[in-house]
Amino acid sequence: MPPVLVIARLTVQETSRRRLILALIILTLIVVGFSAWGFQKITTVTNRQGVVIPPEQVALITSQLLIVVTFMYSGVLALSAAVVAGPLISSEVESGLLLSILARPVRRSEIVIGKWLGLAVLIAMYAAGSAFLELAAVDWATGYVPPHPIQLVLYVGMEGLALLSLGLLLSTRLSGITGGVIALVAWLMGWIGGVVGDIGTGLQNDAVAKVGTITHTILPTDLLWRGAIYALEPDAFLATMRAAGAAARANPFFAADPPPILFLAWVAVWFALMLGLSILSFRTREI
Amino acid sequence: MAEVKEETRAAAPEGAAASTHPAIQTVNLSKRFGKTVALAGLSMTVPRGEVFGFLGPNGAGKTTSVKLLLGLLKPTGGEGWLLGRPIGDLETRRRIGYLPELFRYQGWLSAREVLALHCELAPLPRSSWDDEITSALETVGLTDRAADRVGTFSKGMQQRLGLGAALLGEPELVFLDEPTSALDPVGRHDVREIIRGLASRGTAVFLNSHLLSEVEQVCDRVAVVDHGRVIASGSMDELLGGAAVKVRVGGLSAADIGKLSSFGDVDDEGDQLTFTKLKPDRVPDLVSQIVALGGRVYEVAPRHQTLEDRFLQLLEEEEK
Repeated sequence: MPPVLVIARLTVQETSRRRLILALIILTLIVVGFSAWGFQKITTVTNRQGVVIPPEQVALITSQLLIVVTFMYSGVLALSAAVVAGPLISSEVESGLLLSILARPVRRSEIVIGKWLGLAVLIAMYAAGSAFLELAAVDWATGYVPPHPIQLVLYVGMEGLALLSLGLLLSTRLSGITGGVIALVAWLMGWIGGVVGDIGTGLQNDAVAKVGTITHTILPTDLLWRGAIYALEPDAFLATMRAAGAAARANPFFAADPPPILFLAWVAVWFALMLGLSILSFRTREI
Repeated sequence: MAEVKEETRAAAPEGAAASTHPAIQTVNLSKRFGKTVALAGLSMTVPRGEVFGFLGPNGAGKTTSVKLLLGLLKPTGGEGWLLGRPIGDLETRRRIGYLPELFRYQGWLSAREVLALHCELAPLPRSSWDDEITSALETVGLTDRAADRVGTFSKGMQQRLGLGAALLGEPELVFLDEPTSALDPVGRHDVREIIRGLASRGTAVFLNSHLLSEVEQVCDRVAVVDHGRVIASGSMDELLGGAAVKVRVGGLSAADIGKLSSFGDVDDEGDQLTFTKLKPDRVPDLVSQIVALGGRVYEVAPRHQTLEDRFLQLLEEEEK
């Protein structure tokens, strides 16, 4: 097996043996169970006249609640990615764990890519697995299925990968705690930057709207989150919100459009840049 | 240090001739961390199959030297070769074993899994893994704990495991950085036996240590490093300068003692004179001379200078 895959396997093995995967599975099952129970309750809600609300209204409420639940999932994924990626390399440099490995015929780039790959597999599995369970639960409870479930998984997964990539880059130079905290703050700042951009769009103020664009360019996590939101929005809801005009766009849980193709291309470049910088940074680090 | 062979500066050609290149060769290898000089021009040659001791007090630059040779640090000056290839060469690492001073292994893996990981990264043919791992575990005395997680190991056991990992694949050169720092006397004895075993099969060993008795017992040659500079080097005999002779004597004046300087360096400690660099066959002449000068000889005893004596002496001279 090539060294890069050995390192990737080792990374997966470590998270598994440290019971991180088990903890995430148990937590996810608990959340899915609770949310299934909660979503099921929506179908029994009555209006002022004591009549059960119609299926269209159930679908609308479910779609909006599902966006909030997905926000929690994406948050857990982003937090986990940042916390795990932060010490990914730095802790092994500090402890000396990498000394004996780097004395083998292993390139530093293989360590970086292998670790990224290992965690990327876990993030992808978590994004796909948790989305499948949650959407299945919602479907069972309410009969609602969001319009673009595959895109949802892709956007949420990529948001996690973005945090992983940033955390890994920081991990090549900074201590685990410092790198993890910076990645988390960057993620939150990215979200706030996106909200500020929305306000600019709502006010039709180009200068303020640019804050969102710049934020998305530096750290595309919020842009990817917007993609996930868009994947969850039913057409009827979208049409209503679009008809409400620009002011309705100033909402952190609404996306009028999917991320532009050009921006998605930039995201691909961004990932390549992060990995490239991580490799360069680690290659020049003295151990 | 004087043994540098400039003609081998270029990378050695592959093939049979490559095995004739020294295990380690450096020319003015230097390392600075900002303004701090960690290593100031290390020049040395370690032949194949030799056990080379690298001595020095804490912070002298020993571990820095090992890391430079292994390509974990980048030199700020000079050059170096391992097994005839420039330092940092990826392929050469297939033929090298390394036990770091800061030994740490994956606590979530078993000892056998850690060794299998190193077999895979080395990389060794998969068909040889079982034999290699079994042999390494047996050599370092961890056979009974092979299936246990490394996280449950004591420091000494982790160091043994690291030593086992360094022995995988019959390397041609092994770097041992303070290999007995966490071991008990039995473990230290075992390590000495392992080093002797490596030497007997032609493996060169670069032993970094500040445990002088350990170095004295197993090394063919040593270098003493302090403040990033090599202050002495050579074979054990060369470094210790032969035996010294201690003479307990009375009735000699300072002038009389001066007349004895032809027998070697004299250290006058009152009623005791120590002659260094005195050959044993000249001891009767020395006694005759003392008696001729009117001195009374109470005791003549050869004294073997230990590496520790010499080491402290070298450091004292360096301080001056």
